[in-house]
Amino acid sequence: MSALLEIKGVSRFFGGLAALSDVTFNVERGDILGLIGPNGAGKTTLFNVVNGFYGPSQGEVFFNGKKISGLKPHQICALGIARTFQVVKPLQRMSVLDNVIASAYLRVKSKAQATKTAADILHFTDLYDDRDVPSKGLPLGKRKRLEIARALATRPEMILLDESFAGLNPTEQNECVDIIKRIKGNGITIMIIEHHMKVIMSLSDRIVVLNYGQKIAEGNPEEVRNNPLVIEAYLGDTQGA
Amino acid sequence: MKKFLPLVLLAVLAVLPLLGLSTYLLHILILTIMWSVIGMAWNLLGGYCGQVSFGHAAFFGIGAYTAGILYSKVGISAWWGIPLSILVVTIFALIIGFICLRLRGPFFALGTLAVGVILRVLAENLTGLTDGNLGIMIRERTWVGKTWYFYIILALATLAFILVKKVIESKLGYYFVAIREDQDAAESLGIDTTYYKTIALCLSAVMTGLAGAFYTSYMGYIDPKVVFALHDISIVAIMVVMVGGVATYWGPVLGSVIMVLLAEGIRSIPRLGAAHHTFFGILLIIIIIFMPNGLTGDISKIKRLFRIGKNV
Repeated sequence: MSALLEIKGVSRFFGGLAALSDVTFNVERGDILGLIGPNGAGKTTLFNVVNGFYGPSQGEVFFNGKKISGLKPHQICALGIARTFQVVKPLQRMSVLDNVIASAYLRVKSKAQATKTAADILHFTDLYDDRDVPSKGLPLGKRKRLEIARALATRPEMILLDESFAGLNPTEQNECVDIIKRIKGNGITIMIIEHHMKVIMSLSDRIVVLNYGQKIAEGNPEEVRNNPLVIEAYLGDTQGA
Repeated sequence: MKKFLPLVLLAVLAVLPLLGLSTYLLHILILTIMWSVIGMAWNLLGGYCGQVSFGHAAFFGIGAYTAGILYSKVGISAWWGIPLSILVVTIFALIIGFICLRLRGPFFALGTLAVGVILRVLAENLTGLTDGNLGIMIRERTWVGKTWYFYIILALATLAFILVKKVIESKLGYYFVAIREDQDAAESLGIDTTYYKTIALCLSAVMTGLAGAFYTSYMGYIDPKVVFALHDISIVAIMVVMVGGVATYWGPVLGSVIMVLLAEGIRSIPRLGAAHHTFFGILLIIIIIFMPNGLTGDISKIKRLFRIGKNV
């Protein structure tokens, strides 16, 4: 059986700038794949390509063996890929519960079912006590969790998490790690962008490293940690120092 | 108690004509109810779905001219315009939506603004169909009194109110608000934003068109400058909702009461009356600055204001 998500030779140009050039890798079913790289390496662009916000300039993306590059975001979401945003995008003037209900409607018809799905997911992400709070009133940590809750409410097969830990304090980070482990426990495949090395090294089954839009390394956390190219990308050229 | 408020209001309105109101008062009531229909329509698209239209006169005018042309060219009663306008306005809304809904935010507003003006110019120049600036005159009035017109528009308004409430409480309502709050987030949550925005536009347009079709039968005369008016229809539709309360059930109703009374009041002031649009403009500025959520939305703010007044 082929991998769940196959990224084949994907490039994305913005004018003359290659935000992604010829990136190829697979995400296996049930894995957590960490996507790391310095700022501006093209990580979020890659998410936007997978998620359908941008079409790839070259290359193709396959999900479950079906070509998804060129589809619109809502179609890709319906096929089973959900995402969160680095800059959180809660539906501000809706309550936390309504936010999740709005995305739960993707898979169910009636309001009762949508409300039930939403309540289950709010319990799962420890947000149930805040269900009636308007989402713009939430602190950042909970807003990040709301992003995850909303993505889960679409009942995805795969979830793309874009810096779900950035700006969180250690307690919130631990809560988030717990939630991600539980998501994996439910059999959902995860691709995660993260700068926090300790977190990503402990969570990921595999890691892909991007730098200037190119894939410079791929492997398990141990291999990536010791890869000279990765060390150079993060710490600079050792010989020059 | 609050649950029965709409029914009580409806009952009160239903017996009003039996009290022997003057024709003028009945006329004001009819206009108010007609404007609340247009307000509810605009609110569905602009308030809930966040697509601010500056061209609702387009749909009002198409509804009005559907009724007018049925009378002048086909030779049947202009009342047939009410059912037929649903079809005609939907077709136009689909075409307009296909073009304008690709635009976001202010660009959508400008697009709809242009559509309203284009349709006015078309109506002025397609003299074979619309008789241009001569307008269309309905020579035989259905009723001499205004009572039945009142009941018809009241029925339309009731239907519009129920429709908006049902839509907003359903999946559609959640999707509309999601699109308003963040279109990218909505799209990535599996919401086909273009499709649902088109639905919002069609519903809103049809309700506005019905009000237009009613207007033709009620007023007995339409011309392009009146029914496709930017300042008297499109802008007032926005003001009704802004004054009353954006994205609330009762906002458009309250807003239309205030706007119609205000327009009549200011117009009756000698000399200043001609400048009523100036007052509307000033009112709009004040509301946007101090009560961005309108009277229903900022009710707590208003209460606080009065309490402070008492203490001093």
